[in-house]
Amino acid sequence: MTATPMQLCEQVLDVVGGRAEAQVTAQQSRPALTRFANSFIHQNVAESASSVQLKLALPDGRVATASTTRVDGDGLAALVEGALAAAALRPVDPDWPGLAPPAPVPDVDHYDPATEAASPDERARRVRAFIDAGPGLRAAGFCDTDGGTTAFANSAGQRAEGRSTRATIDGIHQTDDSAGSGHATAARLSDLDAGGVGAAAADRARRSSAAADIEPGEYEVVLEPECVATILIFLAFYGFNAKQVLEGQSGIRPGEAQFDPAVSIWDDATAAAALGVPFDADGTPKRRLDLVRSGVSTALAHDRRTARRMGAGAESTGHAVGESDSYGAIPSNLFLGPADPSFGAGTADLVAAVDRGLLVTTFNYCRILDPKTQVVTGLTRNGTFLIEDGQVKGGVKNLRFTQSFIEALGPGNVLGISREARFADSEFGPGLVHCPAVRLGSFRFTGGARG
Amino acid sequence: MFDPAVAAVEGALAAGAEYADARVVVSRRQSLEALNETIESLEQTESAGVGVRALIGSSWGFFATAEAEGARAAGEAAAAIARASATAPGPPLQLADVPVREDSYTTPHTEDPFAVSLSEKADLLVDVTRTMGAVAGVALARAFLTAWDTEKWFVSSQGHRIHQHLVECGGGMDATAVGEAETQRRSYPQAFGQFESGGYEVIRRFDLPGNAERVAGEAVALLSAPECPEATTDLVLESSQLALQIHESVGHAIELDRILGWEAAFAGTSFLELPRLGSLAYGSPLMNITADATLPGALGSFGYDDEGTPAQRVDIVKEGRWVGVLSGRDSAAVAGLPPGGMVRGDGYNRLPMVRMTNVGLVPGDSSLEEIIAATDDGILMATNRSWSIDDKRLNFQFGCEAAWEITGGRLGRLLKNPTYTGITPQFWAGMDMLAGGAEWIHWGVPNCGKGQPMQTARTGHSAAPARFRGVRVGVRG
Repeated sequence: MTATPMQLCEQVLDVVGGRAEAQVTAQQSRPALTRFANSFIHQNVAESASSVQLKLALPDGRVATASTTRVDGDGLAALVEGALAAAALRPVDPDWPGLAPPAPVPDVDHYDPATEAASPDERARRVRAFIDAGPGLRAAGFCDTDGGTTAFANSAGQRAEGRSTRATIDGIHQTDDSAGSGHATAARLSDLDAGGVGAAAADRARRSSAAADIEPGEYEVVLEPECVATILIFLAFYGFNAKQVLEGQSGIRPGEAQFDPAVSIWDDATAAAALGVPFDADGTPKRRLDLVRSGVSTALAHDRRTARRMGAGAESTGHAVGESDSYGAIPSNLFLGPADPSFGAGTADLVAAVDRGLLVTTFNYCRILDPKTQVVTGLTRNGTFLIEDGQVKGGVKNLRFTQSFIEALGPGNVLGISREARFADSEFGPGLVHCPAVRLGSFRFTGGARG
Repeated sequence: MFDPAVAAVEGALAAGAEYADARVVVSRRQSLEALNETIESLEQTESAGVGVRALIGSSWGFFATAEAEGARAAGEAAAAIARASATAPGPPLQLADVPVREDSYTTPHTEDPFAVSLSEKADLLVDVTRTMGAVAGVALARAFLTAWDTEKWFVSSQGHRIHQHLVECGGGMDATAVGEAETQRRSYPQAFGQFESGGYEVIRRFDLPGNAERVAGEAVALLSAPECPEATTDLVLESSQLALQIHESVGHAIELDRILGWEAAFAGTSFLELPRLGSLAYGSPLMNITADATLPGALGSFGYDDEGTPAQRVDIVKEGRWVGVLSGRDSAAVAGLPPGGMVRGDGYNRLPMVRMTNVGLVPGDSSLEEIIAATDDGILMATNRSWSIDDKRLNFQFGCEAAWEITGGRLGRLLKNPTYTGITPQFWAGMDMLAGGAEWIHWGVPNCGKGQPMQTARTGHSAAPARFRGVRVGVRG
């Protein structure tokens, strides 16, 4: 019988014994993804996945990490011995923060057994529904399910275990000269309305056909949730990440009113509308972290290492990521909402308030020019529309923007926030951000179809 | 280690697959990163398993497992997934023919990077961060290296039996200076490091210590340098930036799966349309691009791709005219083209797909010195800092770490925050000078992302300094 993730953790700790401090994360999951293009399924994959990640520290503070997919006895022994040997040959890590102490994790279970066990036929049916929602159009996208168990154990006595699932339908419909996208993510596959998502994509594609070429420049914009999600990901990774602050590379200054007073941003793995497990790669319990309250930057995301380096009473906020200490602490259950709920409006109301501007469905290929200024360049994609006199007039060709994301949400620039919020995709993956649409007073587009 | 792959293929065939192939992949990665005289990260990863593809009618299925004893069941699962794919079936598919081989291939290398002690590697990285950090004004001094060792055993139902042992290695360093409202960075050998096929001898060639002080000094100097002006001017690119330009505006655009629409929802499509293959003007007559998986030492080299097709050299652009694509057995068959042997998967658990090999420029006969001397009014840009291009690979914008004025054939002031933007075929049409000789370098990109689930590939791009006429520079937010 295959060992459970917690049993794998305990096995690894047993092998390490008293030779080092150690923390172990083990995961078992069943990711599967059904991909379609030109209105047929062209790639269809699934995996039975197990992995173990080990971080250990010798008594003098020399640290190494190792991971493996070989979870039999020999594989785990090789994992431990390799990590011990590596640690012995490296310099002392002066920033090693020690292991997380025992602490209870929140009782959160974003999990649906039917989603973890979903069959390829169930995913294919959602794909069929998406395709059929756009007769005469070409569909492309994916439906995926992922689910499993993550366990954490360390030699300081901390134990944590959690289950989670996620399902996504995401895709585009295309005419000969346009495309429109749709997206839905949930903890349960059965909550996805693939036909509805496909219909929304088809509607955007048809409405953005015969797009006009407009001049780049400053425009008022209504950004759909996928755009807002991209902004939040950049703010989180390059801004609220305490490692970036410690290195002087972040533009976030806690205590300052850097954002519009209408805006609040927070991270909360314990929220009902969140995904994942309620502890991080160090075993630290996750909790709600208010990053921006009424426009004021209020907190940074920490892992144990950044908290130690920051000093002054800083504590881990439960945002360690497993891959590498080089990335720092990264929020991955992000929310944006109006500081005052009465500020919220319907998405249609946001558009209706615009005299002349643009409605943008998604951003594409965004990259940061300087983390300190949060100036990012990217493009619009899958539905960009001109708004005139409060009405969507028709599609415009994709535009390139070069814009500071801090300034985009800066004081005086947020003119509206929609009441409707949902999981929004970004090029960094689904399920990381739950947010509404926003109306911004100014957004800088620096290039058009002609460059 | 062929046995699990054989079992997987047999399982798929027994479950009704008309064609099946499987790869057993055992891969190791070792990565060290030093920041300000401290080893910040030391990671060792190992993954091992088998991935199997099954084709039924026109529908594919793929399943992967880390358990060798589960290989036959994995093949059966792949066939079941292929059947589910028929819920939305594609047009009839016949794989393009390739030679059936039993063979083995090993990356030429002289020094096993995993046999070099971690202490030697750590000392190198810590020492160069110490040198960079000693330069006044440097806030972050970073150095890193990564080595990969990958063994693959490929089996197909048509009789392929191919073993490959790939060894890849690389690294680099960068210094960051932090100002009041900006950061400035300089890197060496290129942004995010240089990576090649080969062993630890790759790292030894870099001479990180000999470049550390220069890199750090340039990062600090950028803080007080004037901004790159907004202008339309002649742009000279050093070779590593041109390599990324090739990657983004040629390499991805010529992927046949993108051209066929198979990546439309995520990575995007291409401005290239197959009816114009052989006639479309991609760039100036100086532009000659090949995809060459046989280049010794280049990061995108191998013996066989992950469909068992031998590595090959394919013309992509000849004298400015588009003549070739990157392809695999299914995409080539759909397009009616010969298969290019350019299909690779990231580890055992990712579906092989069309990936760049070494997509690069054939060298010219000029030199950077001659190019600068021949330029009255222009800007030289070096080392990538940001990159973005649209979903058809037309509208791009790049930022570089540093730039220098060129006036009257001579280099002038250092400029900060340089950016340039353009439209792919117009940009390449403006290339009127191209260096070669020792300035022609096989740059490596270790993290090319593509596909869902996301997978990364290691690709190569040969480039030399070149001049482009009439380019818009100095775009700012």
